[in-house]
Amino acid sequence: MNYKAFMAMLARDARVARRNIVALLFQTFLQPLMFVFIFGRVMVGSGYMPPSYKSLLLPGIMALSMVGTGIWAVAMPLIGEFQFTREIEDRLLAPMDISWVAIEKVVAGTLQALAAGLMVIPFAWLLLRPGVDLSLHRPILFAVVALLVAVFSACGGLALGCSVEQTHIGLMFSLVVAPMIFFGCTYYPWSALANFPVMQKLVLVNPLVYASEGLRATLVPQFPHLSLLAVFVALLGFNALFLTVGLRQFHKKAVS
Amino acid sequence: MAAGIRTSELRKVYHSAPPLAAGAGGFSFAEKRSKGKQPKPEIVALNGISLDIHSGEIFCLLGPNGAGKSTTVGVLTTRVKPTAGQAWIGEHDVWKEQSAVKRLIGVVAQRPNLDFSLTAREILVFHGAYFGLSSHERNHRAAALLERFKLTDRADQIVRGFSGGMMQRLSIARAMMHDPQVLFLDEPSAGLDPQTRLLLWEIIREYNRSGKTVLLTTHNMEEADALCQRLAIVDHGRIIALGTPTELKASVPGGYLVRVRFGQHSADFLERLQALSGVREVRATENSGADLYADRGGSLVSEVANLALAANIELCDVHISEPSLENLFLHHTGRSLRE
Repeated sequence: MNYKAFMAMLARDARVARRNIVALLFQTFLQPLMFVFIFGRVMVGSGYMPPSYKSLLLPGIMALSMVGTGIWAVAMPLIGEFQFTREIEDRLLAPMDISWVAIEKVVAGTLQALAAGLMVIPFAWLLLRPGVDLSLHRPILFAVVALLVAVFSACGGLALGCSVEQTHIGLMFSLVVAPMIFFGCTYYPWSALANFPVMQKLVLVNPLVYASEGLRATLVPQFPHLSLLAVFVALLGFNALFLTVGLRQFHKKAVS
Repeated sequence: MAAGIRTSELRKVYHSAPPLAAGAGGFSFAEKRSKGKQPKPEIVALNGISLDIHSGEIFCLLGPNGAGKSTTVGVLTTRVKPTAGQAWIGEHDVWKEQSAVKRLIGVVAQRPNLDFSLTAREILVFHGAYFGLSSHERNHRAAALLERFKLTDRADQIVRGFSGGMMQRLSIARAMMHDPQVLFLDEPSAGLDPQTRLLLWEIIREYNRSGKTVLLTTHNMEEADALCQRLAIVDHGRIIALGTPTELKASVPGGYLVRVRFGQHSADFLERLQALSGVREVRATENSGADLYADRGGSLVSEVANLALAANIELCDVHISEPSLENLFLHHTGRSLRE
């Protein structure tokens, strides 16, 4: 590993992110916050949803923002840079093993996902208050879950970004990302699927379930949630899987 | 310390369309997935390339599109994994010691692969940072290269809006940014106007004078002739001739090539052409044509015309080529580089 080259690539990604900061902020926060407004304010305020739904919704929105940001931040540039223009070539020719180029993308994506997750809480809280009942009484566990979720989003982005062609980006969102979000227990707790036992089992293959439930367990433990042990094991497993697949696909794309 | 380049029996077989890293982007084989089990089509890009390029040399790979030039560069720059054979930059095995090799080389790909999210100056500065240059040094070198390549005016603009020629110049500047011992240029003057091409040639010569090795690929014979100390002519993944431009041109029988086309001709008539003084070799070509390799050009034409007249054969077309690498390529392959 070449520390200088690695840090220079992180600096390059930071420069690009800073240049696109306005677009990036809209992309990260607009949709989650609109959702927060409609479901947390409009639906709750008009009595269609119970007031406690505000607290239940917030961890899910945080998971959604993090996963969306991480996947987007890693997959989209990779899909573009591996295309016809081969923009990534310069970094592949930097004097270090090319796996580190992929890992740098994962680190950059993780940082962006963490930033998105931590920023969406105060925004959402401001939109929802009063009546949001967050209890951060286990900060270390929360930090670990948040980190695992961020790493999952970035590794997922790596695996997707190196497996999907540019022409299939639309398909990637409608076939992979959208179902993942709707069946990811972001807007409802996993226990709410008890009436659909088959589906309740099926959604366990969706890593976003563990992200939402893990954040719920550490932010709003008063609601039913999956055990933290299950969340840790599953997220670690998914992270290892996506990183392995992502690195393999990255090598396939990078070297012919 | 300058480094040379060696390859030993390089082979590369693709089982699908050659990917972008091999510089073959932009076209794809119209290969449909059929339901039956058919063996995947094999495309032999390199078929045993052995080269020994001295350090401090400008060496050229000359050949038509698809000859294997870019794949050779791809293998030598760690971007293509060879199916068999080995390659070295200096003392380093390209495949096994990639990081060490990447420190020694600068690469200009066939198509500009600039980082479109950055400005011209940032592209150079970040490239320097990847190679561990200090902040002062990379800023200084970037400014000098931008000036050298006449890009200072646009230095702080995003490169997405640059013209093809500007992108190409910036690609070359970027490859030189970390002062590599070996510079690879894959079709560097494609798409450049004549003036910029001359600037590029001058820069390449100047870089070489500082003791650096340059490997460039081209299908342009004038470029190979003007720039290279030695060159290899590549076709179908094989080296068909290797030497200095002068040696290679001298290896064509006679040197001159007179291409003629008749209304019709016969074996007997071709023998009579062969008997003309100065004609070394006569080859029948398509459409009742013949290639005459000879040690003279223009003076031969009237004699050929007289022979044709005497044999009542119509002479349709005559073309004289002076000794050139094109003649050599034609002599070896029966095809023109320009075809």
